[in-house]
Amino acid sequence: MVMQLDGPATQRARPPKPDMPDKSAGWFKIILLGLTTAIAIWAAFPLIDNKAWTGLAILIGTTAALLYLYLTPRHIPAKYLAPGTILLIAFQIFPVLYTASTAFTNFGDGHRGTKAEAVVAIQTASVTQVPGSLQYALTVATTGDTATGPLVFLITDPATKQVSAGDANGLTPVEATVTSAGRVTAASGYTVLTTGQASLRSKEITALAVPTAGGAIRSSGLSRAYEGKAGRVYDASCDCVRDTTTGKSWRADESLGLFVAGDGERLAQGWKVTVGFSNFTRVLTDPAISGPFLRTLVWNFAFALLSTGGTFVLGLLCAIALHSKRVRGRTLYRVLLILPYAMPSFAMLLVWRDMFNTDFGLINNLFGTDVDWFGGSASARFAVILVQLWLGYPYMFLVATGALQAIPGELTEASRIDGAGAWAAFRKITLPLLMVALTPLLISSFAFNFNNFNAIYLTTEGAPFPADNPANGATDLLITYTYRLAFGGAGAQYGFAAAISIFIFLIVAVVSAISFRRTRRQEEVYS
Amino acid sequence: MKWLKQVGWRHGVAILILVFAMVPIVFVVSAALNPLGTLSSSQLVPSGASFGNFTRLLGDTAFGSWFLNSIVIAATASAASVFLSALAAYAFSRRRFRGRRVGLLSLLLIQMFPQFLAIVAIFLMFSTITDYWPAIGFNTWWGLILLYLGGALGVNTWLMKGFFDTVPRELDESATIDGASHPQVFFRILLPLVAPILAVTGLLAFIGTINEFLIANVFLTDTGAKTLSIGLWGLVAGERDANFGMFCAGTLLTAIPTVLVFQLLQRYITDGLTAGAVKG
Repeated sequence: MVMQLDGPATQRARPPKPDMPDKSAGWFKIILLGLTTAIAIWAAFPLIDNKAWTGLAILIGTTAALLYLYLTPRHIPAKYLAPGTILLIAFQIFPVLYTASTAFTNFGDGHRGTKAEAVVAIQTASVTQVPGSLQYALTVATTGDTATGPLVFLITDPATKQVSAGDANGLTPVEATVTSAGRVTAASGYTVLTTGQASLRSKEITALAVPTAGGAIRSSGLSRAYEGKAGRVYDASCDCVRDTTTGKSWRADESLGLFVAGDGERLAQGWKVTVGFSNFTRVLTDPAISGPFLRTLVWNFAFALLSTGGTFVLGLLCAIALHSKRVRGRTLYRVLLILPYAMPSFAMLLVWRDMFNTDFGLINNLFGTDVDWFGGSASARFAVILVQLWLGYPYMFLVATGALQAIPGELTEASRIDGAGAWAAFRKITLPLLMVALTPLLISSFAFNFNNFNAIYLTTEGAPFPADNPANGATDLLITYTYRLAFGGAGAQYGFAAAISIFIFLIVAVVSAISFRRTRRQEEVYS
Repeated sequence: MKWLKQVGWRHGVAILILVFAMVPIVFVVSAALNPLGTLSSSQLVPSGASFGNFTRLLGDTAFGSWFLNSIVIAATASAASVFLSALAAYAFSRRRFRGRRVGLLSLLLIQMFPQFLAIVAIFLMFSTITDYWPAIGFNTWWGLILLYLGGALGVNTWLMKGFFDTVPRELDESATIDGASHPQVFFRILLPLVAPILAVTGLLAFIGTINEFLIANVFLTDTGAKTLSIGLWGLVAGERDANFGMFCAGTLLTAIPTVLVFQLLQRYITDGLTAGAVKG
């Protein structure tokens, strides 16, 4: 590892020859702008086909603005900022704002779509086979991967042998090769599942209902389907859903986004409505949420501080130990000490998880112990911080080495001559100078560790969990807790998760802003 | 005694930390060479050595295409993001314009939103994109690269701006007086001078992309389209014990491109990591 510090200013710059013609740059610009226009035209066709006029307007506006920007000699800063900013807006700011806006809704399982979609779903789900239901030959296919792709029913009309593809949106006719029994062997655009592949996904197949005019088509087994009648029907006159056999009705409640019966019974399928600040107040007032939230917050701070501080101390220790030309084999030490940084961290997290395994983990083997590491809160917390220490110290070692080398040797020598001991010289001279240089990196490291999802999700997954609350474990960070709420097994609650993520955002932003204010770094921004 | 006080303790500290650093890596190496290939039979010192795990990994799984996908995506995304970031850093460091301060601070702020929670929005967005433009939709290189490039401006831009600030302004001013246009100043004078920070941000972006798990997990569902992190995760997600040797073999192979990039850029690394902060 060559660690030299040539400041940029000491390197020699080669200014361009003033008489150099600028023609090639001009051509380059024309080619790039031409490409941009070509891509925009390519992107426009699907938008026109789908009548997505808003999208088309944005596309035309952006392209026109780009062409103007790079053809006018004005607006020089914008020329440099535009490419990154457009991508930033499209793939970060827009999704983040969209997520933030869902914090004010009940978006989640059972509240995904519009009311009309909820009505279709309720009607389709209530379909049952009645005497005289039409029978079809069924072939299960997919448009993607056989194990995970979206399922499609290929349904063969018994009379005409016409094949239609059906999914949750309805039926569309397709071109297909059909056997005499009505089974489809090949269809353009679809992959037909074998019986083995289909049986692996039988749950999804049973759940899939293809809406039709009078009800829906559902599977009975893997090769037959029937068209049944809806048992529950939406009645617009009373804005309610009525059961055709029992006569019971559920009235639409627009503030909850649900159909509620007179006796308080609710239908599982609802729709997305705005709920105001109730997701936010729920975090603070619901004792089942606010208790774990505070506990997790405290641990989250401890985790971020210990991870950042621990890696810093360990990395600094390495850097100081090797900051002497008299240490033999210094280069080899450095290469080996940095090695953990080169290993893929996601994989090493999983390896560490298995090293902490109670029964055949390496750590219990080496020490001859029998500790259930992820079973107790204290040992699990110790374990995840130890793992972070291993993953994180090489980075701190690197930056501390660089910073140490940037401190002029005369400074420490002068203090030595003045009679200061090595420890005093380090504490009074070296450390303060190091902190000036490294505080911004420590702050960003803190912000990163505060939301270090992988560190928990790939090791303990939040375990151990208290018996009374399977949703919030001892090593859970706010971010893994939120992830479980948003995507976990108990049903997705995106709106609520978005509200928590806004809290996380505010916490990290405030902490970082306060720390930044105290560093020189902040002054640079204002210069 | 004097030697112990001045040099000896340095070896002591270094060796202690070295042991801590190497144990997991040695464990991975020996598990990868372990002929049985299971977790329960893996020890720190291998009981035998065979390349069975490697041949199984290359033969039975789509490791080759995972590797290719990861390299292409990480290399393209990190190179492009370094370039985009350098462009922005130049504007922030050398140009004075309205909204500069706000722009810099909001770059920092937007990073603090737990981004993966936007994954639902990203999923919905790319469902539409896949319908309209399958070439940049789910399971494609370009879609994922574009998505990663959304984060090109961020902490790296700050790091770069700090480094740009250390290059004396007189250099580009004199070039401007000599008749150089602003692209010439940027490409011919500044970019060569800030090479260390380009190398460092490139390396950080590369490591970050190779390790990225959450977004790729939602984005890449076809077996052949997966990246290393998703593919290897799949190996141990189901059969943790039986596939452990294969998983470790894959981990070692995954480290190779990172080590190569590291070697390639190493002479800049320490320079760039701190320079933005130290020399300001």
